[in-house]
Amino acid sequence: MSDIATPGTTADEHGHDSGDLELPNGRPAPAPLPHEPRRADVDPKAARRAERQVSTMFIVASLLFLAFLAAYIGIDKNVVIALPVIGTMSASNLALGLTLGLALFLIGAGAIHWAKKLMPDIEVVQERHVLESSPTDREEAISVFEAGATESGFGSRKIIRRSLITSLVLLPLPLVIILRDMWVTPTDSPSPNELLSETIWTKGERIVTDGSYRPIRPEDIPVGGLVNVVPASLEKVEEAEGTLNERAKAASILVRMTPAEIRSQQGGSAEEPWDVQGILAFSKICTHVGCPISLYQQRTHQLLCPCHQSTFDLADSAKVVFGPAARRMPQLPITVDSEGYLVARSDFQEHVGPSFWEQGAS
Amino acid sequence: MSAVVKAGGALAEYTDERLGIAPFMKRSLNKVFPDHWSFMLGEIALYSFIILLLSGTYLTLWFKPSMTEIVYNGSYVPLDGVKMSEAYASTLNISFDVRGGLLMRQIHHWAALFFLVAMTVHMLRVFFTGAFRKPRELNWVMGAGLLTLGILEGFAGYSLPDDLLSGTGLRIAEGIVLAIPILGTWLSFLLFNGQFPGLDFIPRLYTVHVLLIPGIILALVTVHLMLVWHQKHTQYPGPGRTEKNVVGFPLLPVYMAKAGGFFFIVFGVTTLMAAIITINPIWAFGPYTPDQVSAGSQPDWYMGWLDGAVRITPNWEWNIGNYSISWNIFLPAVVLAGAIFTALGAYPFIERWATGDNREHHILDRPRNAPTRTALGVMAIGFYGMLWISGGNDIIATTFDLSINTITYVLRVAVFVVPPIIFVITKRICLSLQRRDHDKLLHGIESGNILRTPEGEFIEIHLPLGDKEKAKILGKVDHVPIALESGVDENGVANPKGRTARLRAKFSHWFYGDNVYLPTAAEIEAAEAHAAHDYHEQHAVIDDFRGLEITSEPVLHSPAIGGHESNPHQH
Repeated sequence: MSDIATPGTTADEHGHDSGDLELPNGRPAPAPLPHEPRRADVDPKAARRAERQVSTMFIVASLLFLAFLAAYIGIDKNVVIALPVIGTMSASNLALGLTLGLALFLIGAGAIHWAKKLMPDIEVVQERHVLESSPTDREEAISVFEAGATESGFGSRKIIRRSLITSLVLLPLPLVIILRDMWVTPTDSPSPNELLSETIWTKGERIVTDGSYRPIRPEDIPVGGLVNVVPASLEKVEEAEGTLNERAKAASILVRMTPAEIRSQQGGSAEEPWDVQGILAFSKICTHVGCPISLYQQRTHQLLCPCHQSTFDLADSAKVVFGPAARRMPQLPITVDSEGYLVARSDFQEHVGPSFWEQGAS
Repeated sequence: MSAVVKAGGALAEYTDERLGIAPFMKRSLNKVFPDHWSFMLGEIALYSFIILLLSGTYLTLWFKPSMTEIVYNGSYVPLDGVKMSEAYASTLNISFDVRGGLLMRQIHHWAALFFLVAMTVHMLRVFFTGAFRKPRELNWVMGAGLLTLGILEGFAGYSLPDDLLSGTGLRIAEGIVLAIPILGTWLSFLLFNGQFPGLDFIPRLYTVHVLLIPGIILALVTVHLMLVWHQKHTQYPGPGRTEKNVVGFPLLPVYMAKAGGFFFIVFGVTTLMAAIITINPIWAFGPYTPDQVSAGSQPDWYMGWLDGAVRITPNWEWNIGNYSISWNIFLPAVVLAGAIFTALGAYPFIERWATGDNREHHILDRPRNAPTRTALGVMAIGFYGMLWISGGNDIIATTFDLSINTITYVLRVAVFVVPPIIFVITKRICLSLQRRDHDKLLHGIESGNILRTPEGEFIEIHLPLGDKEKAKILGKVDHVPIALESGVDENGVANPKGRTARLRAKFSHWFYGDNVYLPTAAEIEAAEAHAAHDYHEQHAVIDDFRGLEITSEPVLHSPAIGGHESNPHQH
């Protein structure tokens, strides 16, 4: 059934007549080209040669499988070899891969060579059958369906139909609800919003280096320097919880600039500054989608996220100066304790990490 | 008849006595498949999937989907004594302590890349040749579903080893989930059993990766192939090919040998690549920790466009009361991705509505003969390309020493400006190629040989078109746009469907309006007679000339018009 007026089209009559070589544009289809015999079809020598080639490929494949076995047994897994272009590589991986790969390739190449040289290459024409059923079949199928549907009473017995539909509509409810405990919440667990808003930084929490957990004095950090830091209690918390959850929120950086270079900070007063002699602490977790940030350009005081290139100006309250992040990097208020080590004045005052629905303006 | 063939016959008899499948076998073994290199793309995807199932099963024998932290004591010395998840440690174990384990891992990763490349290119082939048209729309929709699932499956598998790179990918995924309005925070907590990263996500993802998604893919692939089988394969226009036949080779023996052999070739090439090219060296990245990242982090190629979209979206975020909407993430990662896959799946129905073409199509369009479709496709590739380049903006900046900011600003514009330009250019190229086909039918092929007649006239000799080429060009369908209907009927009553009909006519005109129609059969016949006459005359001249004896070197001289003539001697 064509909506398009194409002169001479016969698109709606699907004849089975094989002599009917006609294109949809109404033109006679060009006749098939005569078959041209291959060398192996006419020259028994060429055919024998092809046969030899194919069987050689299969034989070499068998030998390669044996070589694979030898390599598996014979090559120590720790031997590393250096090859030109490829570089250093496990000898075992190379030998196993080359023997197996080549063997598989030869089986494939042999089969295709066999098909191309020795199997018939005369194109065969087959009729397409109309995909839609004949009108009689279709009508019969519809009437069978209608008879069955009527007998079931699905149409006439409204109350059954409606109650069934109601129950089926409700069926997904238990199936979805049962997923609720994918998050097993202890009875006193804070809400997701609260969990995402708090870190383990507290007032007086020592700031220690990430990895070696050493406390830091202001004089340890040169101007222009950057140190990756975590709260001192992180090690114990991680041991107790067995997760990296707190690390994912509490990870921070310290940077030092001359106090004159700092144009603004996110808080603090003359009595209770958030910095210590030009040392500023910021969250390390990007406010965009949570990548840890550590690309710091001393000269411009800009911090660049390696994932999506959000850039923050640490000398100016860590404001977003470029990229897809919408919020500035939260600043951690810091001071020194009685022993002269850097500590936090409090937790972050803004949300750490990616934004989320319940976060709101903070 | 050899003994082997006889034994096969006996087996068939045994089977048929129990299953009665002789009629099915008879039809199936004889089934004809058309031959073309572009039909192998789907095969590569299928074979890669089989390789993935095989190699993946191997990997499950050793992989431990657990985020519990342990201390590594395996044979990879640089990480000896380092704390890491069991998932990462077992991946190191597969790579360094299981013989052939690294090979299987690398086969699995290469096969995953081939699977996605093959599916993508196969889909492009189906798109550009119009193979998705009636009656094959359902198979297109399934294909779009398979591609989507393949991308998810690839991302899931890539995330399992819990190395620094894949963990960063998961962190980004979590940030994207968080950005979904209303539900995001809860979804993220459900997925991760609380906060990121928790201990449960990798075991959960593992089940999704090895059971759920591959199960659905396997089911869809099966139905996809059954439909190809049932509806019979499409074919390109050519000698002897019509809408009502299939010209090619029978399943037994030729296609079985070729397709079976091709499986081994794909498997072999994948294995050879795994043998010599290191892929995803997770030992070099180190174990995941949420406070470390390496610069220049790149996802696998099929995720790059999505990452690029996230990179170039401006930092729009709304705070309404106590709630936030992160458009900067939600828009590119959820809305855009959803829109692209929906548009992909819906395309056959959109085109059918816009063109009103309700006919069955078994002969493929040559891309030039559907210029608007081809231009839309190339435009989509251009859009994808712009996003993909955006995904590598940092690599471009460091490689070419350019400003990352400038590159990003340029790409923000380019992603909207470049695709329409590509559309126009592609459409023009298609129409030019149609005109050239038209000329070829009427005038034959330009031979590049210039003939000077005794009268001094210069003629380029045209050669008659080959049968194959001619059949290919003649296979084109002359699509006619839907005529523009008037909004009122003959009695002046407004047609209720007038607006839709007019819109449709406009679409149809946009789609087909510029097409160059093939000359009529009579025109071709006349042109061929004319050409034969010319050919005859030209050859008479050449033959005359050949009769002359060459007494000296030909003298080249410039005629008044300029340029120099070619010497008929050389032909």
